[in-house]
Amino acid sequence: MELNVNGVSYPTASAPLTSLLHVLREQLNILSPKAGCLQGSCGTCTVLVDGEPRRACLLPIAALEGAQITTLEGLGDPEELAPVQAAFHEGYAAQCGFCTPGMLMAAHALIERKGGPVERDEVIAALNGHICRCTGYVKIVDAVMAASRAGTMPAASREHEGAAA
Amino acid sequence: MPASTAQAVEGFGDGHGVTVFAGGTVLMPKVASGRYPRGGRTLLLTRAGMDEIGGNGAVTIGATTTLTALAGSGLEPLATAAADIADLEVRGLATVAGNLCARGDLQAPLLAVGARVRSAGASGERTEPVEDFLANAGEPRLVLAIEVDRPRRAAYLAQRRAHAHSYAVMSVACAETADGVRVAVGSLGSRGVRLAAVERALDDGASPAQAAAAALDDYDPADDALASAWYRRSVLPTIVTRAIEQMRGE
Repeated sequence: MELNVNGVSYPTASAPLTSLLHVLREQLNILSPKAGCLQGSCGTCTVLVDGEPRRACLLPIAALEGAQITTLEGLGDPEELAPVQAAFHEGYAAQCGFCTPGMLMAAHALIERKGGPVERDEVIAALNGHICRCTGYVKIVDAVMAASRAGTMPAASREHEGAAA
Repeated sequence: MPASTAQAVEGFGDGHGVTVFAGGTVLMPKVASGRYPRGGRTLLLTRAGMDEIGGNGAVTIGATTTLTALAGSGLEPLATAAADIADLEVRGLATVAGNLCARGDLQAPLLAVGARVRSAGASGERTEPVEDFLANAGEPRLVLAIEVDRPRRAAYLAQRRAHAHSYAVMSVACAETADGVRVAVGSLGSRGVRLAAVERALDDGASPAQAAAAALDDYDPADDALASAWYRRSVLPTIVTRAIEQMRGE
């Protein structure tokens, strides 16, 4: 069968119940989805399947024939960051970075779904299944809100700069 | 991979040696840890088209309807219960029948609305009350659909640990129909039960708190990793009281 990832078709001969996460990381060398808990509980392997956020560790490749899979590699690149990536960068929303890929994919999907500014409670509901063990949640939520208001800086980093000046 | 309900039923046969794979939220962690598959056949329902919600009067919920779809259906108290399970990504995969067979948090609301389970297996196809389906867990059955009537009013409440992602310690659902009020309680992994003594007390005109005092007549909770049986016994009457009050808008 073939897997369509970030607009490219890849043939795979893996067993039907092999997880998408395993194929992405071990065969396709697409490394942004992290292998965290492998039980669907931590959120860091989140990718988009036909635009909807899904756990790559919970998806067998047999269920993905014909689906469009998007990983963080398909969202932006270092020269041209996607709005959520730029907002995370501007707002210091990544610490160790392990949860960041999943957070970014879920945040991107939320903003696409809403099509306009998202509020704090909506971000918290959408990122509910994403665990950040650095506990950097405040800046992450601020960054997602900022990204949905394209071009503006997260409130928390503005306050930080104000205090420094 | 079956492409229709009929093919799924044929593929399931008498169910022996068959593992039914619907949303994968229970089975894929077992794949990751090497505990599955180990022999036998897997029946993957992804493309069987068993995920429709519809019907006039009685509502038919296809077995592989996702929790996301159920949460958006407006069918209470099931919609509130489904929206309260796990998180956005998991609800997009997890299925109604998977939750029922794993004895998850939908048990109490399904019992409260008097759901009927349509299933196939060695003795052919049959439809039975959800109580009977849960009691006959030893026989391999392929759930095809769940049928429910819309109650006049309903409520769902779950007692959770502080972290939003964990399973409910206990969930309570109540629903009022022309036949009276049904109240049920469930907790992960053990069989959900109707609280018949509470229902009788409500029929006799007891207040929610008076009726809820009989909650432990029909429910004997177990100790598990989420909570002790003592804790469950201690808080159940309060949750039942609040659920009935919420249903009545009190």
